Amino acid sequence: MRRNILPGLRLSLGVTLFYVGLIVVLPIVALILKAASLGPEDYWRIVSSARALASYRVTVLAALGATVFNLFFGLALAWVLVRYRFPGWRLVDAMVDLPFALPTAVAGISLTALFSANGWFGSVLGNLGITVAYTPLGIMIAMCFTSLPFIVRTVQPVLEDLDPALEEAAQSLGGSDWAIFRKVILPLLTPALLAGVSLSFARCLGEFGAIIFIAGNKPMSTEITALLIFIRLEEYDYPAAAAIASVLLLTAFVMLGVTNWLQARALRYTVKG
Amino acid sequence: MSAISSRRKPPRVGDQPLFRRALIGIVLILVALIIVAPLVVIGVEAFSKGWAVYRDTILHPDTRHAIMLTVLAALIAVPINTAFGVAAAWSITKFDFWGKRFLLVVIEIPFSVSPIVAGVAYLFVYGLQGLFGEMLDAWDIKILFAIPGVILASMFVTAPFVARELIPLMQAQGRDLEEAATSLGASGWRTFFSVTLPNVKWALLYGVVLCNARVMGEFGAVSVVSGNIRGQTNTLPLHIELLYHDYQAAGAFASASILALIAVFTIIAKVALEKQGAGRVQPAANSAENAS
Repeated sequence: MRRNILPGLRLSLGVTLFYVGLIVVLPIVALILKAASLGPEDYWRIVSSARALASYRVTVLAALGATVFNLFFGLALAWVLVRYRFPGWRLVDAMVDLPFALPTAVAGISLTALFSANGWFGSVLGNLGITVAYTPLGIMIAMCFTSLPFIVRTVQPVLEDLDPALEEAAQSLGGSDWAIFRKVILPLLTPALLAGVSLSFARCLGEFGAIIFIAGNKPMSTEITALLIFIRLEEYDYPAAAAIASVLLLTAFVMLGVTNWLQARALRYTVKG
Repeated sequence: MSAISSRRKPPRVGDQPLFRRALIGIVLILVALIIVAPLVVIGVEAFSKGWAVYRDTILHPDTRHAIMLTVLAALIAVPINTAFGVAAAWSITKFDFWGKRFLLVVIEIPFSVSPIVAGVAYLFVYGLQGLFGEMLDAWDIKILFAIPGVILASMFVTAPFVARELIPLMQAQGRDLEEAATSLGASGWRTFFSVTLPNVKWALLYGVVLCNARVMGEFGAVSVVSGNIRGQTNTLPLHIELLYHDYQAAGAFASASILALIAVFTIIAKVALEKQGAGRVQPAANSAENAS
């Protein structure tokens, strides 16, 4: 191995490890210690209580719904932005990042204003008999909004790099557009789509700010897990908050592992030989 | 590649006019409903009670204090996270050491952890129930439910922003230039400021802009550790929640309009920096070719 002559390893690595240790690792270790101090029986009782289970259910179902919606909408949006040029496409491309840039609390109150019974969308949907605000559907819509950019932004570069020759070859063999999309393009996009889906799903599971305004926050029906943690804290029930938070933390780690694995797979296909 | 491409190409997949128009139409309608409408409604609601109410909300001492605290949090958290990002990128891209991959994963953790979990985790470090709680209490140092807690929580949620932009770019640029500078006798700092920094400045700024937007908008983590003390530990997003639950919707939207404006400026800055090549490691190879 070549000897490295560059200076600054000790300083830069020292600063990095100190900061990561203090800001990231220490709090997470503290949370795990607190949850572990409960003992298995108490821990299990808290994390499997009826109210906690109901909160996992509504969080996961809404996150699944939002992610499936974003899978289709995100793919269509990425496709339109890469393949077609129309007046204002640059503006649309820039607007895709708005859900990342807009603070979640701001998104929360503005979605609530839109979908409440006398809001722009709420009044129209109300006539159709659909209530969004203060129902699980509202949770789903808030999740859709905050996680939309993930799928668009992971699929977009892969779609841009797609070799047109592949499509041309399929066309010369007489494939219909739909067949080519399904059998040539989609398989090439799948790794990126999966990576985007896992990022989007993970974000939905942890979302808080955008949801609490539009969700009814009723225990057992529209109370997401992140909110249940917050409520336990307000009741000074710190062990319960720690235990339920550790469940979300564990889910986050699992999703992080899945995402890293999927992204590594997705990258395999973007590096062109 | 372009030399052998034929002059008469069949239309690409999905390029039939009808399909194309329909898809663009559907997507634009959904973008208008899902992304544009929430932005527009903020402005409409903010001025729903007239300009006077808007001005009064913005100039109210509590709002002004919330703005000050939000700016203070950004002024502290953003430079520290920038310094961290540079240090992390330098150590990870210029050297090989054991556990590098693991370090990369740890740096990314704040992105995947729910902000509420982050807040709770900080509670168990600095809170009375936490690891250092009794010690801090004995010394009469207040971190939680005070401004330091707000800033620490903001630092956690935004820790990876700058590092994440710099690492892939510096990895792609390699070590040759820095090695040349060092072998010619430049000091480490000189090498960094005259060789590395000019090459990564746009990516650095890109990370700073995104980091700043997130610090100013952070809600979940901050709401756990701040204690929501009006006029003391309320940042702008917390102030919005407070007004909203006080049935002062117009006031909440007026405060929200400031953050929405920051978000719009963030996006403009992002687009401008992307024009300079920030935000993507490989240059977009054939986006120009696809333009029809």
